[in-house]
Amino acid sequence: MAELLECRNLTKKFGSKYALDNVSLTLGRGRIVGLLGPNGSGKSTLIKTINGLLTPTQGEVLINGELPGVESKRIISYLPERTYLNDWMKVRDIIEFFADFYDDFSTDKAYEMLERLHIDPKDRLKTLSKGTKEKVQLILVMSREADLYILDEPIGGVDPASRDYILETILTNYNENATLLISTHLITDIEKILDDIIFLKDGKVVVSGSAEAIREQQGCSIDAYFREVFRC
Amino acid sequence: MPWNLTADTPIYLQLVERMKSDIVAGIYAPGQKIPPVRELASLAGVNPNTMQRALSELEREGLLYSERTSGRFVSEDPARIREAKASQARELTAGYLDKMRSLGLDPQSVIRMITEQTMPAPSDGQGRN
Repeated sequence: MAELLECRNLTKKFGSKYALDNVSLTLGRGRIVGLLGPNGSGKSTLIKTINGLLTPTQGEVLINGELPGVESKRIISYLPERTYLNDWMKVRDIIEFFADFYDDFSTDKAYEMLERLHIDPKDRLKTLSKGTKEKVQLILVMSREADLYILDEPIGGVDPASRDYILETILTNYNENATLLISTHLITDIEKILDDIIFLKDGKVVVSGSAEAIREQQGCSIDAYFREVFRC
Repeated sequence: MPWNLTADTPIYLQLVERMKSDIVAGIYAPGQKIPPVRELASLAGVNPNTMQRALSELEREGLLYSERTSGRFVSEDPARIREAKASQARELTAGYLDKMRSLGLDPQSVIRMITEQTMPAPSDGQGRN
């Protein structure tokens, strides 16, 4: 079976600037992977390239052995860095929309999560706070039965109590063969659930490996190690 | 009970220690079935793979065993559990002595302090019983 995700010598240039510089990596099934790096290190560019929103200047991305396209969108559940939902819609309309759009969407799961996070399905998106909107988007993404979840900065605007619930949801909901790729700065909040980490710096992979192995070798948390590697 | 894990040492090792304490303390009794990996992982707020690794380690040490279809159980061998208890006690004692040493106390003073703290409070006069 092909690797779930493989990036081969991926390079993306914007003008003369390298946003990704010869990135090669593979993700297997059943892993939770943290994509970590300072602002402007290429995290979102990498994620957009995997999702087929950007085309690489050089190299290629393979999902289940295929280039990004209709098939890859079927198996990837993607949370973008910013909202793309129409804000005149009600939460329940968006859920219906998603259920219509994706075969693997579970409406029950979505409503269950809305209830736990005290979000009223009758509310219009426009009337929700920034954090609540983020929660709605995350619920939509996590209500799919995808093979690969890609979450770009998923918990930034979410309060700590809801953050705990969301992490718990991620841990209990994703199936054993699914993989999660999470980009974030909030390392402390998520590092206990990570299997593997990837550090990006100036478009290059500078560290990648198992989170536990790094803790063992460095004798410190991933958060502390990040601060050391990216010291300004 | 919260798991109080820290992020600066490998998490599976902390999970191993915690499960060991629970077994030694009888929270999980000999022969008792323990919850499935996912449930334990969610209780501890960790990745199921990490919990799996901790449980495998405990199996390797003989404190847990798994029945292929019915789940994972605590060892029924009292000697194993006694041994785990003794080893945890030794480690805790060594850690305690280290801390006392860093306070500048020699083992003799430590023993004196422990004796004082564990003896019943002296009753007034010569003691009536």
